[in-house]
Amino acid sequence: MDALIPLLTIFMLAVFVGFEIITKVPPLLHTPLMSGSNAISGITIIGAMVAAASSSTLTTALGFSALVLAAINVVGGFLVTHRMLEMFRKKD
Amino acid sequence: MDSALTNLAYLAASVLFILGIKGLTHPRTAVRGNLYGATGMLLAIIATLASREVFGAGVQGIGVILAGVVIGGGIGATLALKIQMTAMPQMVALLNGFGGGASVFVAGAVFLDATDPTTRMTVSTVVSGIIGSVTFFGSLVAFDKLQGLVLPGKPIHFAGQQFVSLLIGLGALGVGVMIVTDPTATNLYWVVVALASIAGVLLTIPVGGADMPVAIALLNSYSGLAAASTGFVLDNNALIITGSLVGASGLILTRIMCKAMNRSVTNVLTGAIGPKAEAGASADEVYGGRVKSASPEEVAMLFDMARRVVIVPGYGLAVSQAQHSVRDLANLLESQGTEVEFAIHPVAGRMPGHMNVLLAEANIPYDKLREMDEINPTFAQTDVAIVIGANDVVNPVANTDPSSPIAGMPILEVDKARTVVVIKRSLNPGFAGIPNPLFAADNTLMFFGDGKKAVLDLISAIKEA
Repeated sequence: MDALIPLLTIFMLAVFVGFEIITKVPPLLHTPLMSGSNAISGITIIGAMVAAASSSTLTTALGFSALVLAAINVVGGFLVTHRMLEMFRKKD
Repeated sequence: MDSALTNLAYLAASVLFILGIKGLTHPRTAVRGNLYGATGMLLAIIATLASREVFGAGVQGIGVILAGVVIGGGIGATLALKIQMTAMPQMVALLNGFGGGASVFVAGAVFLDATDPTTRMTVSTVVSGIIGSVTFFGSLVAFDKLQGLVLPGKPIHFAGQQFVSLLIGLGALGVGVMIVTDPTATNLYWVVVALASIAGVLLTIPVGGADMPVAIALLNSYSGLAAASTGFVLDNNALIITGSLVGASGLILTRIMCKAMNRSVTNVLTGAIGPKAEAGASADEVYGGRVKSASPEEVAMLFDMARRVVIVPGYGLAVSQAQHSVRDLANLLESQGTEVEFAIHPVAGRMPGHMNVLLAEANIPYDKLREMDEINPTFAQTDVAIVIGANDVVNPVANTDPSSPIAGMPILEVDKARTVVVIKRSLNPGFAGIPNPLFAADNTLMFFGDGKKAVLDLISAIKEA
């Protein structure tokens, strides 16, 4: 059954962690929460990098396409979230 | 770097992502939280670059990666810095889609490259392909509708639509099963992707413009699930943990949005709207001779004695770019010793939390922004409630008429305030298409005009008084 059970265990536990912390995020910050979660879901970039470094041309091409999309998410997501959150900083 | 060390770095990155979201539980810690997240991502990227699979693969691979990061990063940075806050739903829709697309490509690349794929790998590849493609094309349709490019904002229906969607969905699943039973049939992966792409379009075109907050939240969740599923393909915990966090986040937001409109997810996705509008009273019956229109001077006089004012912003406020004028109005009233707060309905903007961002951009302090449940009990002690560019979310019919299309939808109970001022262009109905008895109530004054101009006129009238 190879690694299925350990992976499923991690998946289920992470879903519970997610529900616990995300229900505590106030509606005030729900838009930055969405753009911030776009940014972290760009973690697929690590899979894209491995594929892009492959010796097969097709795999490299697919990896490169994924890499561009994931990099947009990572850079665009963190940056736009930062821009929004700066607006919520208390001005003294 | 050996693989134990790489995986340790991924674990550290996952912890930083969780701490990052935890930071978002308060505006004070949110900026730091986002930086934690970005640090985690940087760590994961460096660890991957240094890993045997990438660094060991030689210079050419590194070159391809650098090119991809520069192109993608450049596009992402440009989008992030140029985008208007009013267009944030479009930006998030695009990012949802790109997340889904990246999962489709990564899962495909790994599956096509595998010499002897396990059942776990083939099943999760098919799942990534289906969810990722639905997310990508569904998000492009959502983006198009929000931006008003090709498709109309209205729901699109054709005969037998649900049947066709179901058939295509089942087709994608069927081809998926064929891949699982015979993993050498790698080309079938693209058939799955093609079918799921059509399903993604068909699932999103029936969603109406006003329901987009739900669609975006749901697609956000899908993009996370696609990433988690890709984690099962790659045997990678970082993708699984992050994907499930994002999946959970999107689901929670979807539920909140549906509750705020008193609709079910199925109801939103099929583009159906409650009972027909004819069931309720007609505009003439509701308004006939009872609507009182007021001048800026008349409205300004209300504030002489007002001790507490609540401003209710709707999307109309953002459309007329009135955020900054509203802030000036709030500051002016506060300088006269009046208490001013803002009442934010969960669907006031075009995505979860959107109105808060628009007001924060205009430098309105976040501690003046109140959620619906918190502010509703205070309307009875409010002297003046100013409604700007909102309609359905303040329609008392939601509480009084069970046959109305918005029956049961939670509303901001402004009608309980001593006086209500409604700034609006005309008596035209909102998205629900029904008249609003609030506009004809005894304690309501209508102040007709463009949101921004009306607020500016009001400010000068108050200063002259």
